[in-house]
Order: sequence, then C-alpha cells, then structure tokens
Amino acid sequence: MSDYNFAYLDEQTKRMIRRAILKGLAVPGYQVPFASREMPMPYGWGTGGVQVSAASLTPDDTLKVIDQGADDTTNAVSIRKFFEKTAGVETTEETEKASIIQTRHRIPEAELTEDQILVYQVPIPEPLRFLEPRETETRKMHALQEYGLMHVKLYEDISQHGAIATAYAYPVKVEGRYVMDPSPIPKFDNPKMEMAAIQLFGAGREQRIYAVPPYTKVVSLDFEDYPFEASKADHACDLCAAKDSYLDEVILDDAGNRMFVCSDTDYCRSRRDAGHTGRLGEEAA
Amino acid sequence: MMIELNNVSKSFTLHNQGSAVIPVMENATLSVKPGECVGLTGASGAGKSTLMRVIYGNYLAASGSVMVDGVDVAKAEPREILTLRGETLGYVSQFLRVVPRVPALDVVAEPLLAVGTPLEQARDTAASLLAQLNIPERLWNLSPTTFSGGEQQRVNIARGFAYGYPALLLDEPTASLDAQNRATVLGLIEGAKARGAAIIGIFHDETARQQVCDRFVDVSGFAPQAAA
Amino acid sequence: MTPLLQVQNVAKFYGARIGCTDVSFDLYPGEVMGIVGESGSGKSTLLNSLAGHLPPDQGEVIFDTRANGPVDTVTMSEPERRMLSRTDWAFVHQHARDGLRMSVSAGGNIGERLMAVGDRHYGGIRAQAADWLGRVEISESRIDDRPSAFSGGMQQRLQIARNLVTGPRLVFMDEPTGGLDVSVQARLLDLLRGLVREMGLSAIIVTHDLAVVRLLADRLMVMKDGRVVETGLTDQVLDDPQHGYTQLLVSSVLQV
Repeated sequence: MSDYNFAYLDEQTKRMIRRAILKGLAVPGYQVPFASREMPMPYGWGTGGVQVSAASLTPDDTLKVIDQGADDTTNAVSIRKFFEKTAGVETTEETEKASIIQTRHRIPEAELTEDQILVYQVPIPEPLRFLEPRETETRKMHALQEYGLMHVKLYEDISQHGAIATAYAYPVKVEGRYVMDPSPIPKFDNPKMEMAAIQLFGAGREQRIYAVPPYTKVVSLDFEDYPFEASKADHACDLCAAKDSYLDEVILDDAGNRMFVCSDTDYCRSRRDAGHTGRLGEEAA
Repeated sequence: MMIELNNVSKSFTLHNQGSAVIPVMENATLSVKPGECVGLTGASGAGKSTLMRVIYGNYLAASGSVMVDGVDVAKAEPREILTLRGETLGYVSQFLRVVPRVPALDVVAEPLLAVGTPLEQARDTAASLLAQLNIPERLWNLSPTTFSGGEQQRVNIARGFAYGYPALLLDEPTASLDAQNRATVLGLIEGAKARGAAIIGIFHDETARQQVCDRFVDVSGFAPQAAA
Repeated sequence: MTPLLQVQNVAKFYGARIGCTDVSFDLYPGEVMGIVGESGSGKSTLLNSLAGHLPPDQGEVIFDTRANGPVDTVTMSEPERRMLSRTDWAFVHQHARDGLRMSVSAGGNIGERLMAVGDRHYGGIRAQAADWLGRVEISESRIDDRPSAFSGGMQQRLQIARNLVTGPRLVFMDEPTGGLDVSVQARLLDLLRGLVREMGLSAIIVTHDLAVVRLLADRLMVMKDGRVVETGLTDQVLDDPQHGYTQLLVSSVLQV
C-alpha cells in the first residue's frame, strides 16, 4: 500500500494527541496545548483537524470530510485523499455512514449519533483574542471565569449594527464553565452542538485541542434584551426545497439572478433522491 | 469654652538654611466662649495671622494645646481636623483659593454641601449672601478667579458665612471693602455672635474693631523675647 | 469607625534596591490622600503595591470588604483580588491608553465593568454608559465613538467614567492630570472633586504636582528614596512643612 505509518503520524505523536483529546473531553471547552506537528499541507488548510483525525482513526473507521458543508471542494477532497493514501480507510460522502467526520466551518444537517466523532478545523481557538492580545492574560481570564469581555464584543456589535451581527464563530459557554470558540461555523449551527456525537476541535498553527463530550450543555452568549438567534437565509433550497437547512447564496449571472442551495451537499442530494424538488430543481438537475 | 489655647508655641526650622530655628510664638494662652468676639492686636508681623493658622491647624503647633470644641488641633489626626473644619471651625483668610472654573455660587455653597445640605437649599443661601455683599448676579456663574480683588474678598466672606460655624476665624474680613459692604460684613459678624459663635478676628479698621469685638488680645505678649 | 484601608509596614524591593519600605497608614471612608515626591521616590511603586499590581515583599494591605469585613488583600486569592479590582476598587492610569480599550467604543469601555460583574441587559448597560458620559461631561452623542477619536482630556474623563461605573469605594490614581493642558487639568480636578464628594469615595492620588493635591487631597504623604518622610493635613504639610525634603519640594514650586 504505502510506506506511511497508519494515518501518517507516528504512534508516539498520536498518543500525545490522544492524551490532549482525553484531557479536552475531561474538561469540556478548555483549550489543551499540544505539540502540533508539521503536516504535509500549509497551515490554514486544516492541519489541526487532520492531526486530531489521524489520532482518532482506526482501520475500521469510515471517514467523511466536508468543507463549508460540501464534500467536493478542494480542501475536503485533498484531506480525504490524504487519509485514503496514508491510512487506507474507507471514505464516504454520506453523513450516516461516516464514523469520523472532519469539518471546516459547518455541522452536517443530519443529526449525528453516539457512534460518530465530529472533528473541527479551527483557525483561532481563543474567543477572547479579539479584545485581549496577551495569551498570559486570556489564560488567566479563562482560569478565573472573567468573561465580561466577551459581552463587550457583543455590545459593540449591537451598538454598531443594531443587532448582534456576529454570524459565525459565535462564542458559546460550555457546561456552564469555559467560553469557547466553536470555530467559524455559522451561528445557525450553534444549537446543534448539544449533540450525541463527540466533538473535537484542532488548531494546528495555534497548537490547541479542545472538545465537547456528547450531550454537553452548550449555550450561545447573548443579552437578555438581545437574545441569541440561529439565523439563516429566509428561503427554501432551490434544489431540494428544504426549509430547515443552512443555505449558500450562489450568484448565477450579472443580471442579479441568484439561487439558494443547501451548503450540506450530502443532505441536499439525499433529499432530491427522495423526490424533493426545489424552485430550480429540474433545470439544475 | 469653644476655643482654648494653653501655652502654645510655634517655631519654624529651616532645614535647608543651616537648620536655622526661628521661634515665632511662645506661651500663647487665650480662650473664647460662645457668642464672644475677640480681636487680635499687635504690630504688623507680631504673629496675628500665625496664631490664627495654628488654631486652624494650618500651622503645626510646636507645643501646648489648641482646643477647639474639645478637639486638640495640635495633636489631632488629619481627619479629625477636617471634621472640625467642616462642622465647627470656619476660617475666612485674606485670600480666596478655589478650583478654577467653579462658579462663584458653588464656591460659596460648598461648605453647606460639605455638611450635607441639599444642593438647591445651599445655592439659595449662597445667592442671598452674594446679593447681600453686592456681587452682581451676572457674575454668580463665573469663576471668582476672574474677579477683582475686592470681589474675591467678598466671595470669600460669603463662603465663610454660608454655614453657621460655631467657631470662626476672621483674618481682616473688612479690609479693602467700601463703607456699605463693610457694614454688611459687620452685620454678618454680629449675627454670628448672636447665634452663639465664638469668633477670633483681626481688624485693622478701628471702628469695625470697636463695633464687633468684646475684648482684645495683644499677640505681642506671645512674642518669644517677651517670654525670655 | 473602621478604616477602609489599613496599610501596615508595606515594602517592595527591586533586588537590593528599595522600591518603598516602612509604609503604614490608615485611610478612612471618604478620605482622599495624596502621595507626593519626585520621580524615583517610590510613590508609584507604593501605589502599585497597594492596588495589587505588584506583590509587596512585606506588609499587609487590609481592605474593609463589603462581605467579610477587613481582609488582607496581599494574601487573599488572586480571583478575589481581581474581583475587588473590578468592583470596589478603581485604578486611574496617568495615560488613558493604559486604562482604556482603544478599539472599543466609549459605551463599551464604560459597560465593560458592568458586564464583568454579570450585567446582561444591553439597554440597561447602555443607559448607564450614557449617564456616565454625561457625568464626566462627554456628549452622549459620542457613545459609539472610539476613544482614539477623543482629545486627551476626554480620554481621561472616559477612563474615570469607566472606573466609577460600578460604584467603587476606593480609587487609586496615578498622576491623573499628568500630560494635560492646565485648563483641561482644572476641569478634571473639579470633576474629580465633585465625584469624590457625591459618591463618598476614598482615593489615593500619586502626583508630583503640589497644586493638584492642594485641591484634591485631604491629607498628604511625602516620599523620598522609598520612605515616607512626612505626613499630615494637606495644607499644613504644604504651608508648614516640617521635613527638610518637603521644605525643598514646596519651595521649588514656581510661583505664577
């Protein structure tokens, strides 16, 4: 097959990463430092998620990789191929069939189960970084639960835009303790984080791993008079007519025509296979 | 007795000029009871203002006791002296010292505010005093730092009489005032006596002195050489 | 009456060099104390040691907490001390930049302490921020502007509002009027005096400007080479200084 060790990383490194993952699961939302390795891809391409996936994979696993919900974008295809080559595991595009799903910026629409692990790629793990540049200070703030600053960010949002304009990477409080950056998922996905699957977060450049165990309480921060809203574009999918999925807006021409489609490609395809058809379903198909 | 001094002495030590010690007062003994006005006399430089500053706590007495309403100013903690100054002991100095920008009306009302008088009431009292002392109403909302010397002096007096201190120190309150304003100030002093204030004053003006003072103390008697 | 702050034998050393040593005093509720001395006299070291920014090497800084009465802030846990510094204590820096978040609007700057103690009502936070802008004489229309768009005097007033919004009982000030124009200084001093009286604040003000302490401070502590050389009623220390160094300091002030 190949001369790679299973899933590229050496066993010692995988153990080190697994220890970080276990610690992360034990202290939900806490950012565990780990010795991130050089991976054969640039930072920003998911090196953190790839290392977490590599440490979690077993030969029996089935891997799915999505980027912004899609299985067929460059980033997703590259990572899928990477593991096909280095681990030889099965891959799939179907959410239900996957045991490990590595994701960039989305949570699949289909409800995940206790048999699944969701691995997030995280660019900047520190939710307080926006207002406090000092790492020593942000660590102390986490340790002492000094999270007033997080609300200053939301206050600024409302004062500037009349509403909480933060649409992605919307900060959450995990199990009533740590404030956590959910990675740049749309805030539409935030409520889904209270799920049955294990959620692992890997930041390669920043060398941090954190985790949310199954059925953990995840609360999006807000104000009493400006409550959190999981918003999405007010349309149905133009291909599969789904009204409950997160949509991407696609510009069709320079005459202002556009379409809204599910960002979760597997979800959209499975609905169309089941016979649902949206406004532009026939033509696009 | 409201004010009672016993064997008070005062000297200045000039540490930066060969530690020269300049004695300025010895064995000052004096008492004033409520409703009484005592005039300090003595040549210029005899130590009238110095004595007043010692009583007010502005100068530190070297020895002796300076009792004002039961508090020994010579030994009291700063906060005790501040309480005394706020509630008991008023002082009208020759110079007005204020925060720039504060309007004259508020400068006068401040001693009342310090004892908890509501703002409106304090300003009413202040306005009536400024009117009595002929400060034109158009000046009330300006800082006294821009006023003439005579006007500043009158603002200073108004401030000293805004609150009914049980003890008052007046350092030449009638200096540089015209006849009409002088009469007003003397009226204020008589009013203070009538309500029982113990007053020590320095008056250069003979008629003013005779009008309000019950007796006189010549501070030349406290000069160090006299004791020697 | 229980002192609000009891400082006992506080010392801070930088290696073998003395930062400050043998400092003891009591501060009562409503009292404003000035600490004066030239650069390097240890006054800022002392202030930072008292305010918990520097751990003192010796001594006790006992604060009369609302919940538990007098507690030594030097030995209390860091979370407790940090909570104190967000609620009952305030610190006004000489440079407003050190005390403000320059990338956050004026309203957000004032609201931060409220949110830090759990205020979660946007409308309420904003109303308090607007009220405080008014109290420090900044137009409410500037509430969404960043402090970088403010003049030096306005920044300093904003810093004061940001600190006082939680109704602290003790304010530490490090050269609060330093670097400001004389006219701007006067306005700030007047404002501080008013706030101190209205709110019954206790304050410790470090400055080298004797005019500032004459107007603001009830009592004075004069420091030289890390030690207190003289204390007393402000006007008494300035008009009748007893120590040679204080006499030198007072006589060095240029008369205008």
